[in-house]
Amino acid sequence: MKRGKICALSCAAALVVIAGCKDAGQSGGKITDDVVRVGVLTDLSGLYSDAGGQGSVVAANMAAEDFGGTVLGKKIDVVSVDHQNKADVAAQKVREWIDRGGVDMITDALNSAVALATSKVVAEKKKILMDTGAASTRLTNEDCTPYTIHHTYDTYALANGTGRAVVKQGGDTWFFLTADYAFGHSLEQDTMNVVRESGGKVLGAVRHPLSASDFSSFLLQAQASKAKIVGLANAGGDTINSIKAANEFGLTKTQNLVGLLVFVNNIHSLGLEATQGMYVTEAWYWDLNDETRKWSRRFFDRTKKMPNMIHAGVYSATTMYLNAVKATGTDDADAVMAWMRANKHNDMFGTDMTLREDGRLVHDMYLFQVKKPSESKGPWDYYHVREKITADHAFQPISLSRCPLISR
Amino acid sequence: MTEIFGVSIDALFGQLLLGLVNGSFYAILSLGLAVIFGLLNIINFAHGALYMMGAYAAWIALTYFGIGYWPSLLLAPLIVGAFGMVIERALLQWLYKLDHLYGLLLTFGVALIIEGTYRHFFGVSGQPYPVPELLAGSTDLGFMVLPNYRAWVVVASATVCLVTWLVIERTRLGAYLRAGTENPKLVQAFGINVPLMVTLTYGFGVALAAFAGVLAAPVIQVSPLMGSNLIIVVFAVVVIGGMGSILGSIATGLGLGVIEGFTKVFYPEASSTVVFVIMAIVLLVRPAGLFGREK
Repeated sequence: MKRGKICALSCAAALVVIAGCKDAGQSGGKITDDVVRVGVLTDLSGLYSDAGGQGSVVAANMAAEDFGGTVLGKKIDVVSVDHQNKADVAAQKVREWIDRGGVDMITDALNSAVALATSKVVAEKKKILMDTGAASTRLTNEDCTPYTIHHTYDTYALANGTGRAVVKQGGDTWFFLTADYAFGHSLEQDTMNVVRESGGKVLGAVRHPLSASDFSSFLLQAQASKAKIVGLANAGGDTINSIKAANEFGLTKTQNLVGLLVFVNNIHSLGLEATQGMYVTEAWYWDLNDETRKWSRRFFDRTKKMPNMIHAGVYSATTMYLNAVKATGTDDADAVMAWMRANKHNDMFGTDMTLREDGRLVHDMYLFQVKKPSESKGPWDYYHVREKITADHAFQPISLSRCPLISR
Repeated sequence: MTEIFGVSIDALFGQLLLGLVNGSFYAILSLGLAVIFGLLNIINFAHGALYMMGAYAAWIALTYFGIGYWPSLLLAPLIVGAFGMVIERALLQWLYKLDHLYGLLLTFGVALIIEGTYRHFFGVSGQPYPVPELLAGSTDLGFMVLPNYRAWVVVASATVCLVTWLVIERTRLGAYLRAGTENPKLVQAFGINVPLMVTLTYGFGVALAAFAGVLAAPVIQVSPLMGSNLIIVVFAVVVIGGMGSILGSIATGLGLGVIEGFTKVFYPEASSTVVFVIMAIVLLVRPAGLFGREK
């Protein structure tokens, strides 16, 4: 009897070991500190906090919830921090997150200066940055890394969408009002190239400091240039105040304004009266199809505002990352990146999205035109879809990429 | 067309005028700071936040109560001024005997709390405030199109600045105030209620900020960050003009607005730093500021 008991016990023990091994085989046993941690690095208090901010944190949480809060049986944890739009603050927080906070993937990272600083840190630490907020194409060119994914949009896509469309409509002379930092310069340069390629002419540009308190002087210079189009290569509050002042100084009577990076929330806060007729290029809009509407309603219920493309991008990036962790059974950055490069991605943000060698996620973009007040059915009904720019035309061709990682 | 350094005279006139408009905001804000510093010895870092509160008071009045621009121009300063007096009674009055630094830190904290609260409720993108109908439209001056509202800003702030200066420098009340700063105990011995006077002065300084806020509302987006974008420059104006000097703050405010305007034409990248370069030079040459008196 005693012998029988021992046998039963050892059999049971063996089974447990085998079962354990099987489980470990599935997951690779490689979820560091037993938590998959997503860090939302965003502006929670400054001029871009409506573009990303709390909305991005909500979007990341929604992605985690849609996974049931766990992946491979391990908890998904979403953490967030305010980068204050300062590259040094961001770099230090990211280091802290990775070294001590156990963060595996960082998302949002709006503000190009912040994104560039973060991408250097993640490359050094072998973690992943899935940037949905920043716009500079440097992230997938000179400053590309094997661990940076530029998810949502970039200045090339914005310039390409809006610039081409406007020149086609007859807006062939341009003057730029540019925010004086990495993002503004990049957007200005990309749009100038597109305008020239499409047969237009660039008459000049003026660079204003970030968060300038008054735009009238700059607009007066734009007015003096007599260009048909005044391109706003800035973002957030700066764009809003430029548009407001342009209306006030009567610039919009003789010239047309083109916002090169305008989010649907900017339209919301400026009102249709001031923005009607403007062309806008975005990767996503809440009212595209049933799936986007359904997701956006959920988002609206929590935040009392509609999501923009950055928020949707954070949801999509987090989902993409969690899918990769699930499929590879590990949170090891190299394995996850390889899986994301090898597979197509589908969610409410886009279909058949592919990840290129330079880190660019390729998907469709849209050219929208802002509705007239009479055409809008109510709050947040702001855009006509004017053109769907298909994935193969939306982004900088990989042949032009200056990313050193590309094998040629 | 005549040109100076490749810029036409017409364009320069335009920039001069715009500089005066911006300078008017600087003047009225730095005036409030100078009054508060001159009489209370408090470096009021909450000034930008109170300016923002003024703009929001006007926006809330219009959006929720249908009260238009003109009543708001009076109401908002009264409401925000009263709020300022509460701050003075509840918090600031305990700090007068301490170093300036304590007042600066306290008001800075107050500013952060106010801004954070507004950000929580209104977000940072801000709300648009329409130009009042009477001042809508613009006038073609030949060399530029000047929105009527901006012209009004110059007139309104010049009037308020002038009246404030007259009251403080030329009336009996002003004399009491100045005496109260110099030697509060002696003035109190003459039967004048100095603490009340100080509270009212702080309230008045704050009301000036709120007035500037209402003036600014139709020009820029009413946003919780509008104060912090401006306040550092305004402090530089006060330092250049001479801490606590009424006339200094008005003249420097207008002057720096114009200089900044020209910088925006010739070297726009430097337009946010030019004020600080001037501040550094002035501090080296005249540490008490252009209009300040050495103590």
